[in-house]
Amino acid sequence: MSKKFTERLGFFLLAAATFLVLLFLGVILFDIFSKGAGVLSWKFLSQAPRQGMTEGGIFPAILGTFLVSVITVIFAVPLGMFAAVYLHEYARPGKVTRLIRLAIRNLSGVPSIVYGLFGVVLFVQSLRLGTSVLSAGLTLGLLTLPWTITACEEALKTVPKSYREGALALGATKWYAIRTNVLPYAIPGMLTGVILGLARAAGETAPILFTGAAFFLPSLPKSIFDQFMALPYHLYILSTQHHAIDKVRPIAYGTAMVLLGLILMLSFSAIWVRYRYRQRMKG
Amino acid sequence: MDNNGMKMSARNLKFYYGSVQALKNVSLSIRKNRVTALIGPSGCGKTTFLRCLNRMNDTVEGARVEGEILLDGENIYDPDVDVVQVRRRVGMVFQKSNPFPKTIFDNVAYGLRIEGETPKNEIADRVEKSLKDAALWNEVSDRLHHSAMDLSGGQQQRLCIARALAVKPEVILMDEPASALDPIATQKIEELIQVLKAEYTIVIVTHNMQQAARVSDYTAFFYLGELIEMDQTAKIFTNPGQKRTEDYVTGRFG
Repeated sequence: MSKKFTERLGFFLLAAATFLVLLFLGVILFDIFSKGAGVLSWKFLSQAPRQGMTEGGIFPAILGTFLVSVITVIFAVPLGMFAAVYLHEYARPGKVTRLIRLAIRNLSGVPSIVYGLFGVVLFVQSLRLGTSVLSAGLTLGLLTLPWTITACEEALKTVPKSYREGALALGATKWYAIRTNVLPYAIPGMLTGVILGLARAAGETAPILFTGAAFFLPSLPKSIFDQFMALPYHLYILSTQHHAIDKVRPIAYGTAMVLLGLILMLSFSAIWVRYRYRQRMKG
Repeated sequence: MDNNGMKMSARNLKFYYGSVQALKNVSLSIRKNRVTALIGPSGCGKTTFLRCLNRMNDTVEGARVEGEILLDGENIYDPDVDVVQVRRRVGMVFQKSNPFPKTIFDNVAYGLRIEGETPKNEIADRVEKSLKDAALWNEVSDRLHHSAMDLSGGQQQRLCIARALAVKPEVILMDEPASALDPIATQKIEELIQVLKAEYTIVIVTHNMQQAARVSDYTAFFYLGELIEMDQTAKIFTNPGQKRTEDYVTGRFG
């Protein structure tokens, strides 16, 4: 076996692995789009389910997922950003800080169903928020917090030390330097991480299962204390819990398509934000 | 307060990075409206000393200072002293020019806006004056609102000088301000230092012996964290009192 041959073999295996991954993605997308495209229409997006969810659209689920995401963002983004600023700019490096970071990293590995259970105990029962948009949004917020904090810290790391020192040398206080000469350059990077975290949260079923998502609701939620329908849970019901699974299969695929589309949109907006950010950092 | 024409004085200054002692009992005085050069081989403590003069070392984790540094007779390490005020009076220009990714105008105005103390209508005048004092105005007056990142290396460093001048410091610390610049840009910075000393007290760290000889009135030679010798520049370079100083300035080591 010549060296050249081993080299080629290695290259081939690496390339094959990459293409295999792409193939899976392609097959999944093709499967969902080919089976779901048929039901997709303006009516599907704008109407409520009818006839025991065998007809009509999925608008309540789209709205529910949107509302819950808004709560998630309002809760998790400021909290995550401030925690990251504290950890990166103020906390003294040492054992305690390392321990905090380790705990945060570990939190991101906790299964989402555990967050769901925790949400029931804390938000639904202890804080008496009931099964509601608010409880579900806060639970998803908790789920995304470790990601948000980590992403925000990474973004802070990319701001050169010389921006902080330069501001301090001009007589800025630490907080002024951070506010005017660090955060503005870190926020786009933070947003990228936040959006990706949100994309993950929007697709979660387990955390909202016990905290506010409903099987079917005849009307839209009127406040954040009402129950709601959500895309991932709706998809779960249509694929496994429905009395006429075969009949609603196309609707399930249509729902999957909408959910995927939503998440892709979020991912693309993250890429766009990052692109704009790079342009701005150049000048 | 006059203090015999001394603007700043270090007294028995000791500095530690964790358990490593970087400065050993340094005492020296910096004369008002003169240029003082700090020279010595890498790691000798000259930059550490410079960063003690505006308490920039406060930001270094595990740093510890003993002794005192007087600014017009007042110890800047006194617990009652506001470090922000110290840094307003003792400005700094860094080794690597560090313009902020803002416009040229906003860079120079940054220090003026910190406490909102400069009235809005005065900011433009102060920016213009600072850029003129830093000998940059003619090159940038037509693109003040363009990004500072598009300037050349030499222009960026003069912008950083203008930014430091804008807050009207009394002392300007320069940490090898020309080490990353070409000879023409270096010459401009050196000429600028000569002009600025009429109004400011300047302390400059440099690796370049000729530069120290050209721009400074006094030179302090550091070696292994100690101040070996300080005197008028002409004397240090022609007739130093210490053998080690002579060896260094004549290029026998370092």
